[in-house]
Amino acid sequence: MKTKRHGAVLGLIAAGALLLTACGSDANTPQGQAPATGESSTPVDCGGKSKLSAEGSSAQKNAMDTFVQAYQQKCQGADLAYNASGSGAGVKQFIGGQVDFGGSDSPLSESKGEVAKAAERCQGNPAWNLPLVFGPVAVGYKLEGVTDLTLSGELVAKIFNGTVKKWNDPAVAALNGSAKLPDKDIKVVYRSDESGTTDNFQLYLDAASKGAWTQGAGKQFKGGVGEAKEKSAGVAQAVGSVDGAITYVELSFAQDNKLSIAKIDNGSGAVELNDASVGKAIDGAKIKGTGNDLVLDLDSIYGSTEAGTYPLLLATYEIVCSKGYDADTAKAVKAFLTVAATDGQAGLADAGYAPVPQAFQEKLLTAIKAIA
Amino acid sequence: MNDRTVAPRPAGTGSTGARAGVPAARPDSEAPIPPTTEADQKTIVRPGDRIFAGLATGSGIFIVVLIAAIGVFLLLQAIPSLALDQVNFLTSREWSTGDVDNMRYGILDLFLVTVVSSAFALVIAMPIALGIALFLTQYAPRRLARPFAYVIDLLAAVPSIIFGLWGLLVLGPVLTPIGEWLTSNLGWLPLFAEGNVSIELGGTIFTAGIVLAVMILPIITAVSREVFDRTPVTHVEGAIALGATKWEVVRTTVLPFGKAGYVSASMLGLGRALGETIALTIILSGTGAAFAWSLFDGGATFASKIALAAPEFNDPRTAGAYIAAGLVLFVLTFGVNAIARSIVAGHKEYE
Repeated sequence: MKTKRHGAVLGLIAAGALLLTACGSDANTPQGQAPATGESSTPVDCGGKSKLSAEGSSAQKNAMDTFVQAYQQKCQGADLAYNASGSGAGVKQFIGGQVDFGGSDSPLSESKGEVAKAAERCQGNPAWNLPLVFGPVAVGYKLEGVTDLTLSGELVAKIFNGTVKKWNDPAVAALNGSAKLPDKDIKVVYRSDESGTTDNFQLYLDAASKGAWTQGAGKQFKGGVGEAKEKSAGVAQAVGSVDGAITYVELSFAQDNKLSIAKIDNGSGAVELNDASVGKAIDGAKIKGTGNDLVLDLDSIYGSTEAGTYPLLLATYEIVCSKGYDADTAKAVKAFLTVAATDGQAGLADAGYAPVPQAFQEKLLTAIKAIA
Repeated sequence: MNDRTVAPRPAGTGSTGARAGVPAARPDSEAPIPPTTEADQKTIVRPGDRIFAGLATGSGIFIVVLIAAIGVFLLLQAIPSLALDQVNFLTSREWSTGDVDNMRYGILDLFLVTVVSSAFALVIAMPIALGIALFLTQYAPRRLARPFAYVIDLLAAVPSIIFGLWGLLVLGPVLTPIGEWLTSNLGWLPLFAEGNVSIELGGTIFTAGIVLAVMILPIITAVSREVFDRTPVTHVEGAIALGATKWEVVRTTVLPFGKAGYVSASMLGLGRALGETIALTIILSGTGAAFAWSLFDGGATFASKIALAAPEFNDPRTAGAYIAAGLVLFVLTFGVNAIARSIVAGHKEYE
């Protein structure tokens, strides 16, 4: 465990260094899209209830920790307890009025009646889904002699459902003309536990594979090939220890285990995973919700063909009442979310997430201000 | 049997444990041969007797009610989900519970992986534990035996997550060449055939079974040791008087006397192996392919499958599917324990 922890620290340092260099070197991405981090100028109206409670998605647990830290720095004596019990539990507890807001990997569902129930909880006002935390998912691999690999959505789908079995398959070679691809089996590694990452990865494949992925989505991997390891740490460790292995995993784990990270070609050229390319993908996202209900149209991210966007990312929501909180709670919720959308985003890169870009941040702040 | 020369027997070895405790608690019932002079004075029933008897009876009833309640709870939670299952629960190898309108799940693979990994662990651990127990009771000098026994008991105190990480990060890579040799040279045996996960990653039943064997070793050893220690000295001395060598003494007196306890200890270990969770979630590689009776297959056991899905339970119907799997494990463990008890009961007359 001890060596692992050292590894994590090293990984974080490496991650920081990579991100810094990435900003300067990637010619593909316009500099104007730089993420809005480190701006502590946004005024925050502190006060209200001193201890908020929230519950839900475990995918945003680390982001929440960062937010809470920033919140405590900004607002003396304020605190928030986040219970990472899973998206379903988060929605349930929010609807039941047990927590002040919920965290979820997916927005409230109309068909399951969650929208109506949430409105009831908010004294007849609609609940809003605010996507505050974005986590890029890396296609990480280990292949001796190949550190620069480009894959398309279609090819990723074919690898993860077993259509493409060898690293020197013509389909891989077609996208990687200069790479020396060995005649090796591709070892697919996936998550054995149920996970929002798996769900989003499969949603991406569904949207971006041009029909090559027919297995559908869900929290269990459905590709039918390869072998499963427990949690992000397990898959990343496994891929890092075997030549020819590939997996999908949150960026920070790929970096910690020194995996090579594939570039994704969405039809407009290979795109590296970095803050700028992820920020561009978030900016390009269409909003499905109405008004301040910022439900994302994930297909518009996953299926994006715009140059310089990295499409494979995980969006998680905070589910809040638009109105219907008592005055104390409303004030604290607004203060927390404001910090989360501004100062809190600065620390996200270290925790393996992507900070929201400026344009999107403004949308979030407009929505947060409208909470009453 | 001479009680004074015999070490006290732990309660876990069987029902006779209760009997061993009786003389001290109820001396009046054995009036003809009072063990101590102190006991002579306690001829009347004191409040302590009633309280103790009440507490003991209450504990006994409590545990039975508790276990029955667990069984009933599992059954009640499982039934609604079982009704939604689109495939045969007992014979299907599929496991897809995400879509509650089309839940397809069966426990065949879970059952086989659980049983095979535990049985493999038992096959490794039983002879080694027997050797250790015999060494400690028959061969080792007394001064060495005690501390040695404590060291083995320490193994039981290692948290299973440590065993899991050790299995995955340390043992797995070490076993890779052995596994590769076995599959290439003995691959014609189904047991050593190339499995559905890669040997390089170490997430095979082979690795898991060896780790499980280490985990159950202290349990089997500790109980067997106490049983062998109780071999009547008269038997041993008789055998020696007839000219038996050390090995013949072990074979003719210690082993027949301790067999029931040894088997019972092994069943206790098996129960532990069947229910082991964390170590196996870490070690075993999941796979979509069916279990094909190879030690180099991957998969999941009942307990590891439940542990892997539990954090994301958000629908009672999905959770119910896993609870149904838990119910099968419950029944399986119950069956194993029943077998162990019947073996012990069948040999009682020997003592």
